[in-house]
Amino acid sequence: MLARIEVPRQARRGDIILLRIAIRHPMETGYRPDNFGRRIPKNVINNLVCRYNGVEIFRAEMGSGMAANPLLQFHAVAEASGEFVFEWVDDSGQRGTERAMLEVQPG
Amino acid sequence: MATRRRFLVTLSALAGITLAGGARAQASAERETLLRQITGGAAVRSGRVTFDTPELADNGHAVPVRIAVDSPMTVADHVRSITVIAERNPRPIVAKFTLGAYSGRAQVVTRIRLADNQEVLALVQMSDGSYWMGGARVVVTELACLEGG
Repeated sequence: MLARIEVPRQARRGDIILLRIAIRHPMETGYRPDNFGRRIPKNVINNLVCRYNGVEIFRAEMGSGMAANPLLQFHAVAEASGEFVFEWVDDSGQRGTERAMLEVQPG
Repeated sequence: MATRRRFLVTLSALAGITLAGGARAQASAERETLLRQITGGAAVRSGRVTFDTPELADNGHAVPVRIAVDSPMTVADHVRSITVIAERNPRPIVAKFTLGAYSGRAQVVTRIRLADNQEVLALVQMSDGSYWMGGARVVVTELACLEGG
């Protein structure tokens, strides 16, 4: 699954940083018919987790009310240099991961 | 043309509000049941929650929303979760976001689907277990779900 994340490269300790992720996914509601009039089964990214140096800092449990190509924007406090890992899974079991490093300078 | 369209949309929305008056009592009972599913019956207070969204959304398939909660986001006092609810969608619970003191700021931005004009809600649980709620009315010109999108 194609995804784009935005994590700042650098921050000062204690800064509140903005994190963004956008994932290419149809987020099928289960209500939409295909060209033959058959229902396309529901398939949405139902869970997304963001970890910062291994600690879960954000979780999104999502349903069919989320727009296609889901976009999420949230925040974190820069504490130490390290890695942000975004992981998600859809109803079909397909998984995705994105990673980015943040360098934290003493505030 | 755009102004005329906007006027007609506003007009139909106003008509909708008047017609909805009779159904309001039933709607509030449904809301109570839905909220109880999430809170387990705990009291829900209004306030502390800001729900930003365009009043008039052109496209119900992707309505931008911003939910912000008045919270210091400290270890002792922070937002635990934000549940986004669209009661007139086929599945009213849109998403649940889990935050913590490490979030620093109690704010989430995303895009949701709306199947009808409605008041969208954010139900927030704080670290002390209390629940707070805020919402915003949205009029959608092109609805999600019904139009094959």
